[in-house]
Amino acid sequence: MSNFNTDDYRTKYTLETFSFLPDMSADEIYDQIVYIINQGWTPALEHEEPKRASDHYWGMWKLPFFGLRDPNKFLEEIEACRQAYPDHLIRVVGYDSYTQCQGHNFVVYRPRGM
Amino acid sequence: MSTQTFDAGVQDYQLTYWTPDYTPLDTDLLACFKVVPQEGVPREEAAAAVAAESSTGTWTTVWTDLLSDMEYYKGRAYRIEEVPGDPTAFFTFIAYPLDLFEEGSVVNVLTSLVGNVFGFKAVRSLRLEDIRFPVAFVKTCQGPPCGIQVERDKLNKYGRPMLGCTIKPKLGLSAKNYGRAVYECLRGGLDLTKDDENINSQPFQRWQNRFEFVAEAVDKAAEVTGEVKGHYLNVTAGDVDQMMKRAEFAKELGQPIIMHDFLTAGFTANTTLAKWCRENGMLLHIHRAMHAVIDRNPHHGIHFRVLAKCLRLSGGDHLHTGTVVGKLEGDRASTLGFVDLLREDFIAEDRARGIFFDQDWASMPGVFAVASGGIHVWHMPALVNIFGDDSVLQFGGGTQGHPGGNAAGAAANRVALEACVKARNEGRDLEREGNDILRDAARGSKELAVALDTWKEIVFEFDTVDKLDVR
Repeated sequence: MSNFNTDDYRTKYTLETFSFLPDMSADEIYDQIVYIINQGWTPALEHEEPKRASDHYWGMWKLPFFGLRDPNKFLEEIEACRQAYPDHLIRVVGYDSYTQCQGHNFVVYRPRGM
Repeated sequence: MSTQTFDAGVQDYQLTYWTPDYTPLDTDLLACFKVVPQEGVPREEAAAAVAAESSTGTWTTVWTDLLSDMEYYKGRAYRIEEVPGDPTAFFTFIAYPLDLFEEGSVVNVLTSLVGNVFGFKAVRSLRLEDIRFPVAFVKTCQGPPCGIQVERDKLNKYGRPMLGCTIKPKLGLSAKNYGRAVYECLRGGLDLTKDDENINSQPFQRWQNRFEFVAEAVDKAAEVTGEVKGHYLNVTAGDVDQMMKRAEFAKELGQPIIMHDFLTAGFTANTTLAKWCRENGMLLHIHRAMHAVIDRNPHHGIHFRVLAKCLRLSGGDHLHTGTVVGKLEGDRASTLGFVDLLREDFIAEDRARGIFFDQDWASMPGVFAVASGGIHVWHMPALVNIFGDDSVLQFGGGTQGHPGGNAAGAAANRVALEACVKARNEGRDLEREGNDILRDAARGSKELAVALDTWKEIVFEFDTVDKLDVR
């Protein structure tokens, strides 16, 4: 017997890593920053208007935080970036200078309407 | 230079080719063979015979040998070792001078090392276990067209494995229906989809039509999801002209990635294609069709780690490596060994993982490990743990067999993957807590909950045929 009880799957507009999971709490974001620092990567923040989200180059918030060891300072920077660009997407990046690639990258804030 | 005379007749190989006091040069190409000699043939003689017949030797002396310097060109068997747990066989290590090989030609290396000697009567069976390519040779090869880092930068995908899916059924769909299957997988959350290796250009689906419909599916999925998407368009063909035509058309359609079967098509075709891909900024996915014909028997053939190394030199950005946990053969330690050989820059000798030589790749880009074959959502924690981020995890049936269809299946896999990556980053033990991590994640995803329910019972439990020989 065929089954007509399947649900419809509605396509989501997403922003790569972790965008299929529920929004993260401050604790969960903190853990990801600890992971970045423990891997020996440099944490950084980028921001961009939602309509330009598919650009490779987003705006840089200040410079990458080379040598930062305190995750709380980074959480403060996320807050400062959000205050400065309240209608921008914001993503956390972990730069790996050995492979010269990003070891981690996830969107940490989406403005209203996204 | 000694004054040699021409002594006609047959000599024992070991007089010339067994050199236990020889220290290999950094420029030598080194090989490890597992040999099962014929009854009554001493090990040194069998090892020397392999060295001779894969380099300069032949069954009787010839006067023309003396026109050149055979001491300079000959292969040398320099070590013999026991095979742990197998008294019928032994390992021999052979050094070949660099000048025996044409620069940039993996084809020449294979023709020399395994072209002749495997049918040799003095050995019952022979297996090439590993090759050490000297840096001097590595530098003459292009290698992967893009490599891991450039691929991530082009696709904008970081911090996690990528997700893929081979379109099913393997054969029989029309081009338009095929494109529909692709669109559904990609819109649901997969990064990449794949032509099955036997899809080339058959009466039910000609390649030009497939490429056009798939291109539309890929482009639309990228637009509606906001993420970069791709489909490995199979350019494997009956002749190189056709292969190049297909590659060019993929580029014309603006597609990011194509695929090729490196063993059935051959290394000459593969290297040509890899060079074109580098010149045209195209990613190259490599499938290993026919590998098990060569690598599955533990006593005869070529171990997959050698095929993997040859592929890295010839060129490819992805290579199928087996899943360890799914439906096809694959010993865990051995797989981890050759996955490192594909991805890392320097790999130290490690017999516990089947690595017989230090291998320095001298900055040649790395290749993504592709795990594909009979895996489903319950395998996700183990896969993320085993393969790490620089991998592509492909769930064919495990996406398209979802009761809600491809998109729902894709979403289920994507949620599962991200939950595992997040948990791993938080320091949780994926293999021990994997099931809990999946069940927690399913609370936020109906698609995942249905997937966990659908595949709970399926397990593949057959003993591996080809195990590593370790103490």
